[in-house]
Amino acid sequence: MANANHPTSASGRAPSERGVIARFAAAYGQEIVIFFAMIALFVIVTAINPRFISPENLNTIFSGNAYIAVAAIGMAMIIITGHIDVSVGALIGVLATISGTLAVSGYPVWVALIVPVFVGMAVNAVIGVMVAYARIPSIVVTLGMLSILRGGLITVTGGAWISGLPPEFLIAQAKPLGVPAPIYFMVALTLLAAFWMRYSEFGRSLYAIGGNPEAARASGIPIERRTVMVFVIHGAFAGLATMLFATQLQVIQSTVPPNLELTVITAAVIGGVSILGGTGTVIGSTLAAILFAAIGSALIFTNVSAYWLRAVIGVLILVTVMADMIRRNRQGRA
Amino acid sequence: MPETVQPFVSLTGATKTFGGITVLKAVDFDVRPGEVHALLGENGAGKSTLIKIISGLYVPDGGTIRIGGETVTLSSTRDASRRGIATVYQELLLFPEMTIAENIFLGNYPKTAWGGIDWPEARRRARALLDSLDSPELDIDRKVASLSVAQRQRVEIAKALSRDARVLIMDEPTASLAEADVQRLMEVVRALRQRGVGIIYVSHRMPEIFALADRVTVLRDGELIGTRDIGEVTEATLVAMMVGRSIDQLFPKPEPIIGETLLEVENLVSGKLVKGLSFSVRKGEILGIAGLVGSGRTETALTLFGITPAESGRIRIAGKEVTIRSPREARDLGIAYVPEDRGLQGLVKSMTIRQNVSMASIDRLSRGIFIRFAEEAARAVNAVKRFGIRARAGIEQPVGQLSGGNQQKVVIAKWLETAPRILILDEPTRGVDVGAKSEIHAIMGELARTGVAIIMISSELPEVLGMSDRVLVMNNGHLVSIIDRADANAESVGAAMTVAKKSKDAA
Repeated sequence: MANANHPTSASGRAPSERGVIARFAAAYGQEIVIFFAMIALFVIVTAINPRFISPENLNTIFSGNAYIAVAAIGMAMIIITGHIDVSVGALIGVLATISGTLAVSGYPVWVALIVPVFVGMAVNAVIGVMVAYARIPSIVVTLGMLSILRGGLITVTGGAWISGLPPEFLIAQAKPLGVPAPIYFMVALTLLAAFWMRYSEFGRSLYAIGGNPEAARASGIPIERRTVMVFVIHGAFAGLATMLFATQLQVIQSTVPPNLELTVITAAVIGGVSILGGTGTVIGSTLAAILFAAIGSALIFTNVSAYWLRAVIGVLILVTVMADMIRRNRQGRA
Repeated sequence: MPETVQPFVSLTGATKTFGGITVLKAVDFDVRPGEVHALLGENGAGKSTLIKIISGLYVPDGGTIRIGGETVTLSSTRDASRRGIATVYQELLLFPEMTIAENIFLGNYPKTAWGGIDWPEARRRARALLDSLDSPELDIDRKVASLSVAQRQRVEIAKALSRDARVLIMDEPTASLAEADVQRLMEVVRALRQRGVGIIYVSHRMPEIFALADRVTVLRDGELIGTRDIGEVTEATLVAMMVGRSIDQLFPKPEPIIGETLLEVENLVSGKLVKGLSFSVRKGEILGIAGLVGSGRTETALTLFGITPAESGRIRIAGKEVTIRSPREARDLGIAYVPEDRGLQGLVKSMTIRQNVSMASIDRLSRGIFIRFAEEAARAVNAVKRFGIRARAGIEQPVGQLSGGNQQKVVIAKWLETAPRILILDEPTRGVDVGAKSEIHAIMGELARTGVAIIMISSELPEVLGMSDRVLVMNNGHLVSIIDRADANAESVGAAMTVAKKSKDAA
């Protein structure tokens, strides 16, 4: 403890309030660590290869991966509530196909963009009801959903790509004021969600449910309704992520990036969301999503095989979860 | 017990600290072969820490352990069991889907010459062990899942004996047994003593202690108060040693101001342990509920609070009939429940004092969808002051880092934030040190005087007698009697608690 040697402790009366900085550091420890890790990464890699911070590359890192960060916001909320969703990657694949099909079929662009959000909410409402009311563990429900969505998508599309997307549909390529649109999206959604999680009664109740569902229920929190709601919100974020994912290239592949759900879950976990529920923030998950992208890019710019990316991320996961367990053990002891 | 017998296990100066709180202070303790040594103390006195040290679960921060005269370090339960120490835990640690024989020898199977498990030998020995425990009716091929609690306990004891246990630790072995099973267990304990096994017997029940023990050791607040031969003590001296002062000093109950009837319950039925209960509580009254573990006390509270809603019966609050189907509905009717297990149902340990204090009233603390943070913090600061919650980092400290007493105060503070009319307290001072205990009692007295109706469930008879205006005694899901404060004493309440319990689950 930082103030163990503080003179007032010796008199038996510990100081009742710590400094603002110390409290900030305690509340956002993981986020701060990631932030500085990212700065260190940029400094080191730029020293080796200055083209790392060229506008084109920054664009790739931030803008090209914004959809992962957006999906990770919803995932962070799910994990904070004590659940998990392994079907989000498959869902984004389905939603992207729906979005693209609508766009090439001549529906207005806004319809093609907004329908996936509602479909995502509907699909996740089903998951949420099964988890909350039928009390099936979320890992099981979403594993089932993963198979259904992935199998269904391949059957319907036959693995074909969607091309001939109207140019006005490709909103992820827009650059208002010279900054790629996905970056606005990512920043705005992250801040909004962070604010909502921290200051709303709803957000608070998610932390309580994830921390101790029995105590939350006994405190009058309607945990079933909240569980369904958080899955629905997560579905909406999957729809918003689709808006960025489906509109960044001229074509939509029906094979989403493999392991997308794992990347999204990993972003949440490395961002400081405890896999056991109850702690973490969406700011952390967004920072972690960007950190991955930066690490991947850094490997290329330093001529290290990109296959190392998975291994590096694996190490990060283990270190983060281990740190979380140590912290929990300390807390649980007293 | 001849004085010349050398102790088999002896602890000298055993000390244990958790997160800056010393739970065991330089305690000396020993067990001789062939004696029953009772360990006594209030909840939180350090009994379980002491037995966990002896069973190798905790490594003491100070002091020495000697086994058979040799100084040892026990760094795991495996260590302890290899040295002849076995524990029969309160919550029995058996594998329900395995047979009795498999459970007895799990991890310690007799081996054949080529290293496989010698099942014929294991079965033969399992049979012999159970017979020696006077349990010929237990079929060694039966799955443990189908056994009663008492039968499982005997399997646990057989398991301990299969490892040549020289010292057997029994932690509240009779807590969940019916009377007939208690008698049978006492026979088993006597037989073990006869064989030269030393037994550490943790129990709250005075009659058992006087019937079984050779010596008794009392702990209070982590300190050794004394070890006495059973012939030297009486029930009264033991209670005095446990609580450290006489009961009337301990429960400073202000004169109650009792108003009109607030809660009426008629023929309440829920599950197997609330079988048609009728009672009422008045404003300003403290109704104590006494009964053995498994008598339906907690289940009654859970029913009133909507966690396990009533199947039938009527509940009226201030004369108006109500239905309570969830904790939220109960809260909105002005009912608050401070649960028996604060870790399980009371607190979110990863969250701060501020967040826990506001948890049950958070929707009332919000404007629109947003929490009023300043108001929330102010209320938490108030609660910390009012209840004397000691926290290093103030209201931003995670409650998991607080001591038991301070955690309990946070739970109580959380519920008082909802301004309840009816407060149900389930074991309000379990695992709480004596200082915090009397503070909690003072808060209860104060609340009652402001017109709150209080229902207090407690396993500590002194607490029930000291705090209650009336005592409701439950047994096996039924109401046995309601005793007025003037007539309530250890004999009358104790007798009601133990009246001919129907021993359905007797072996």
